[in-house]
Amino acid sequence: MLAAIRRNRPAATTVLPELQSFATLPPDGLQAEFRRRLAQMGGKLIEPGPEPDRLAPARRMIAEAGITCSMVPQLPGNRAFDRAEPASLHDVDLAVLQASFAVAETGSVALRAADLGVNALGYLAQRLLVLVDPATIVENLHLAYSRPEFHDGHYLVLQTGPSATADIEGVLIHGAQGVRALTVLLAIP
Amino acid sequence: MIAMRIGLFIPCFIDLFYRDVGIATLELLERLGHAVDYPADQTCCGQPMGNAGFVAECRAVEALFVRNFDEYDAIVCPSASCVHHVRHKSALPDAIRARTFELVEFLHDVIGVDALPPAFFPHRVTLHNSCTALRSLDHEPAPELNVPFFSKPRALLARVGGLEIVETERADECCGFGGTFSVSEAAVSARMGQDKATRQAASGAEYVVSADMSCLMHQGGSAARHGIDMRYVHIAQILNTKAVDA
Amino acid sequence: MKRVRVDHAEGRSHPIAPDGADPAREPQPRGAVIRGRRPVDHAEAAERFLAAPDHLSFHDKRLWDLREKRDRESHGIPEWEQLRQLASDIKEYALTRLDDLLEEFERNATANGVVVHWARDAAEHNRIVTDILRTHGATELVKSKSMLTEECGLRDHLQEAGVSVIETDLGERIQQLDNEDPSHVVVPAVHKLRSDVAAVFARTIGTDPGRDDPAYLAESQRMSNRPLILDARVGMTGANFLVADSGAVVVCTNEGNADLCASVPAVHIVSAGIEKIVPRTGDLGVFIRLLSRSALGSPITQYTSHFRGPRAGGEMHVILVDNGRSERLGAEEFWTSLKCIRCGACMNTCPVYRRSGGLSYGATYAGPIGLIIDPSFNRRKYSLLPYASTLNGSCTAVCPVKINIHEQILSWRRVMAEHHEPSMTKQISMKGASALLSRPSAYRAAVDGANAVLPHMPRFALYNPANAWGKGREIPQAPGQSFHAWFKARRRKP
Ligand code: SF4
Repeated sequence: MLAAIRRNRPAATTVLPELQSFATLPPDGLQAEFRRRLAQMGGKLIEPGPEPDRLAPARRMIAEAGITCSMVPQLPGNRAFDRAEPASLHDVDLAVLQASFAVAETGSVALRAADLGVNALGYLAQRLLVLVDPATIVENLHLAYSRPEFHDGHYLVLQTGPSATADIEGVLIHGAQGVRALTVLLAIP
Repeated sequence: MIAMRIGLFIPCFIDLFYRDVGIATLELLERLGHAVDYPADQTCCGQPMGNAGFVAECRAVEALFVRNFDEYDAIVCPSASCVHHVRHKSALPDAIRARTFELVEFLHDVIGVDALPPAFFPHRVTLHNSCTALRSLDHEPAPELNVPFFSKPRALLARVGGLEIVETERADECCGFGGTFSVSEAAVSARMGQDKATRQAASGAEYVVSADMSCLMHQGGSAARHGIDMRYVHIAQILNTKAVDA
Repeated sequence: MKRVRVDHAEGRSHPIAPDGADPAREPQPRGAVIRGRRPVDHAEAAERFLAAPDHLSFHDKRLWDLREKRDRESHGIPEWEQLRQLASDIKEYALTRLDDLLEEFERNATANGVVVHWARDAAEHNRIVTDILRTHGATELVKSKSMLTEECGLRDHLQEAGVSVIETDLGERIQQLDNEDPSHVVVPAVHKLRSDVAAVFARTIGTDPGRDDPAYLAESQRMSNRPLILDARVGMTGANFLVADSGAVVVCTNEGNADLCASVPAVHIVSAGIEKIVPRTGDLGVFIRLLSRSALGSPITQYTSHFRGPRAGGEMHVILVDNGRSERLGAEEFWTSLKCIRCGACMNTCPVYRRSGGLSYGATYAGPIGLIIDPSFNRRKYSLLPYASTLNGSCTAVCPVKINIHEQILSWRRVMAEHHEPSMTKQISMKGASALLSRPSAYRAAVDGANAVLPHMPRFALYNPANAWGKGREIPQAPGQSFHAWFKARRRKP
């Protein structure tokens, strides 16, 4: 196969272009852009509570939820999970996670295998609550892809809002296969 | 400005169906002070064969084109698709290809907008840019591209007294003529023409103006078939109206 | 399940039947008739599509809507044209060093614990998949959408081998259950109305035949797929990109179904065309910014997933598939078609595609991109496809990797003419036209003769039977005098 490619490949005249960041936003504009795009992509945002308990709104959400698995020690859930058997997560209502970083341009949150505990948690749960440290928001995808997380670990997803489909007559429906809702809280535990 | 010797290239379907478009083009160029000639032995640029993939069949036609037009300073043609073929697709000599202009670009780029005689056309018109005018001859940037806007036909029409431009929805969508496509895919082509004429009518225009008569032939035929009341004119016909016509 | 209409991703939809309105009952037009290697007649299938006004109108509006959203998003990015050029350059670089980059990918992926397989053609690909399934004693395969597996005919192959395949993308599942190919690379069931989907689901997964609310239908499908996913031992995904420097496989979906297929079963198989390679992780910034904006006018797909190795306790296989690609790489005029990232933008903008439906092309790939790659799979069978275009060039202008699509369509016409693929009538008429158009006196005689019998002129002007023109349009009224005659008369005057 490689021999066939070598035989046929056109002359290598194109040089590999240098990459640029195309960044223009001031640091204090990142959060606003992230919020705008997250909303556009169907994600929800909840505001942190007043000091000292910035995580109070998350606690309230967990209290009202059914079976909850949490990867954030400060926000415990009510179900310990079996890492060897992902299918056992089929009845989880809410998963609580902390993102590695976020992307303003797209409203995405980055979740690595280590953030998910079990990769399937991010897809079998009905809903996600994701904590994002505002200091980790990068402006765009060029900056996102210069982060080291892409060279480390076996899995990373840029998740943007909930699962969506418009495959039937263009009508948008959330929760086609993965999570039905994604809520972001801009706060550190 | 030095007067040029212009060879007028009138494509076959304009010759046969749209004599007045040829006349308007000729008169307009003459009013600009140029010596305009129409080589009587001209036939075609070879586009119909070329577009169907028959490259070899183009060669004899191209040789005739050279014989007809070699002697002129500029070759001007009121049809974007024919000029696109000559310039970008044919095997004609470089010198001929470089001297061949579509009418709008000739007026805009070579003559200059300010040199045009006054014209008067007190009507609401909508502009149809043919796909070649848009995507191969740069009359306007294709709307798909994120580049600064300019418009050669609009710059010319802006000088016409009494003329108002209204916009048609999906203005850049192909009208479905496509040369042999209009008969090899007759059903799709006809439907595209019907959709185009319907949107043009909805724009509130009295006239559709274009630099390409072949599109207008197709659109006009579609409008007539579907009982849509619309008139179709070539841009040369508008630019050649005299102010005294008022 | 929530049903919303917001200006979001695939959203901002235009449902043609408002809630509560009578559902359309127009039967769905079916695709092109396939007769072995005989040329697929796109025009014939298109005519049947055009005869179904509800389907036609929805299909055209929905896809034009995507084109408009694509325009809005791309015009919001000042460096858009620069990104297209970067994407094109990166892809050309990668394709001209494909062998080296594939080896680099293999090295890195293997180091991360991935098993890399090489498949020369569809048969080899299908065999590798079957072997993996057998090793794990799997009789079911849950998979996400992949045009490559369509190309390889994997589903039929596995069905014969006794494996049941479950497509998990909603659109793809609809198509699978209806025994139809996907009609679009991104929205596979876009040619169907809700009433069609309701009928398919009622027949296959037992939904209420009287209900065609999209939310109900989508939810029913979620509920019927989920247990199958939970039980599956092997899952499969396609790949949007392969990254040489990290060994990552990148998959973009909106439903999250690829991640379900990869994270729940223990074994994850990736089916990837060799042209998917990009050299650097950083290149993804360019491509991901372009992909979903071009496809759906959304800034990114809901899920952009990077798989570098097996999930904890699992296995991951990547099958690198050639299936004609290395041969295409050697085709001077056509190799750049391998830059394609399957965004579907060329289909959405194509006025012919929007009015004929993807199935009218009778091939794995429909629309403009189909016109230039299908003939490389079977020149005779797809010999008429390059003529299913007006050469308007909008496809080229939207293409995020700057493939000169409409020029390649024209080049394919030339190849077909050289191989005498178009019908004999066309051959003869083109030869006749050439003879006539190169001889002025014969031309004038023909024209004058024709002038006398106007209005039958398009016969001559278009070198084709007049009745095809007259089908949907009036013939122009000739003025009774040609410009040629007018000029001659004028000259004679003093
Ligand atoms: S050819 Fe270009 S526009 Fe068409 S699907 Fe491929 S990448 Fe997209």
